[in-house]
Amino acid sequence: MTAILALDGVTRRFGGLVAVDALSFSVAPGEIVGLIGPNGSGKSTALNLISGALAPDDGAILFEGAPIAGLAPHRIARRGVARTFQLVRVLPSLTCVENVVAGLAFRGDRLWGAAAERAARELLARVGLADETRAAAELTYVDQKRLELARALALAPKLLLLDEWLSGLNPTELQQGIALVRALRDDGSAIVLVEHVMAAIRSLCDRCVVMSAGAKIAEGAPAAVLADRAVIAAYLGEDAGAEAAADA
Amino acid sequence: MTQAAFARAAAGCAALAGAASLPLFGDGYHMALAINIANYTVLATAWALFSGPTRYISLCTVAFFGIGAYTVAVLGELMAWPLVLAVAGAIGVALALVVGLSTLRLSGIYFVIFSFGLAELVRQLVTWFEVNVSRSVGRYVFLDVTQQAIYLQLVALAAVVFLVAWAIRRSRLGLALRIIGDDETVAQHCGIDAARAKLALFAVSALFMTLAGAIMAPRWTYIDPVIAFNPVMSFQVVIMALLGGPGRLFGPLLGVVPLAFLFDILSAQFPNHATLVLGLVFMAIVYALPDGVAGMLARRRRAGAAS
Repeated sequence: MTAILALDGVTRRFGGLVAVDALSFSVAPGEIVGLIGPNGSGKSTALNLISGALAPDDGAILFEGAPIAGLAPHRIARRGVARTFQLVRVLPSLTCVENVVAGLAFRGDRLWGAAAERAARELLARVGLADETRAAAELTYVDQKRLELARALALAPKLLLLDEWLSGLNPTELQQGIALVRALRDDGSAIVLVEHVMAAIRSLCDRCVVMSAGAKIAEGAPAAVLADRAVIAAYLGEDAGAEAAADA
Repeated sequence: MTQAAFARAAAGCAALAGAASLPLFGDGYHMALAINIANYTVLATAWALFSGPTRYISLCTVAFFGIGAYTVAVLGELMAWPLVLAVAGAIGVALALVVGLSTLRLSGIYFVIFSFGLAELVRQLVTWFEVNVSRSVGRYVFLDVTQQAIYLQLVALAAVVFLVAWAIRRSRLGLALRIIGDDETVAQHCGIDAARAKLALFAVSALFMTLAGAIMAPRWTYIDPVIAFNPVMSFQVVIMALLGGPGRLFGPLLGVVPLAFLFDILSAQFPNHATLVLGLVFMAIVYALPDGVAGMLARRRRAGAAS
């Protein structure tokens, strides 16, 4: 099966810092790929390059076989790539329904008017938001995360980019969140997950790509990469990596 | 159409008919005041059309207004009046598109400063042209247009502005601009071409400002760049729209009426201190009424409904 998303040698520099260094990986349709690594390893920058928030200096990004590197974010969004943000970003002065209509009204196959409001209410119910008349600014942190996901889903994405969407949830909410992400995959979305919550990575991801200092250092099934010596060293330092190798 | 919407539409028509019948009653002084109010209603509502949802504070209202006035000064006697208005509108829109393409990428304070600089640039260019090419700084506008005719044209233009603003607020473009005002990055990731949406609204807003300037031109018989491009007008429009509340359709109108009276009294009683008071009024509005009068009324209503 051809990949829905393929990165090939993608590089992005900020001045002298190479934030993403010749990153290559691919995502198959319906697959959940975890993008993990220590803080500052370039995960969020990689998501920004895929979603078009940043343009890569070098390398190719293919979505459904077509190059999207350097396209404006609205063009990439209309092709079916939706995202959430590391620091949750709702539209504070709009109501919850309007927040979701924002995703419905400007996608390729757009919805507007009563049909859009109906679809928005269904999406809100799906992410577990019942009271949809409030302004988004009045929601709690967790509900803002739910709202942000509903807005991303409104784009009917073929590829969903979740940037630490499961972070900051309590154990119950985390279980609900994991079930929700899994349900999205079962509906046919491919998902790239930037995440620190290991429980979520282990239970959700088909495959993990591990980044350190901008480069990919490991790739494979979650259990395998999390036991990898280079990965442990990247997270905990060289000594811990050596100890883990001795234990094995 | 719901009953409430029908009632609002009827109220709007009644207000329009009332405003249009004013020339039957008023004398010259009242006519001048009414023209002033109608002119600022058009300008402030057109300003809020773009700056309300996007929160881009534009200080170049007078650039478009002045271009409208100058178009009439140059072409007024050469063409039929509707054609003059069409040419003025076309020039205003063309300028808005050129300026918008180059500046709407700027955000926040950079846009404010640039828009102010633009108005000054246009004034300097017109002055340069008049001095070096036309060989005279001022122009006479000898058009046989009565005060009543100017007033009625402005009221008609105001009605069109309100209709267009109302239609845009209900459209996808209106929602797109509110999303951009809240978070432009999110807007782009929702599939919104933010640059194009802002440009479209900026041009529509500029069209109405230009037409207002064109309609107002015959009032002055003599214009020069200092009169036609007076930067105080840009500031007054911002203050009026902010006092009324730029986020609502009739918000700017609520600011225009009291401030038009206030400025009228100030310029008559304290001609030398009017600018000082203008500044104080501006500060008081920003501190006391951050969403304007319309926002305050809406909050009161919500509080009343909740208790």
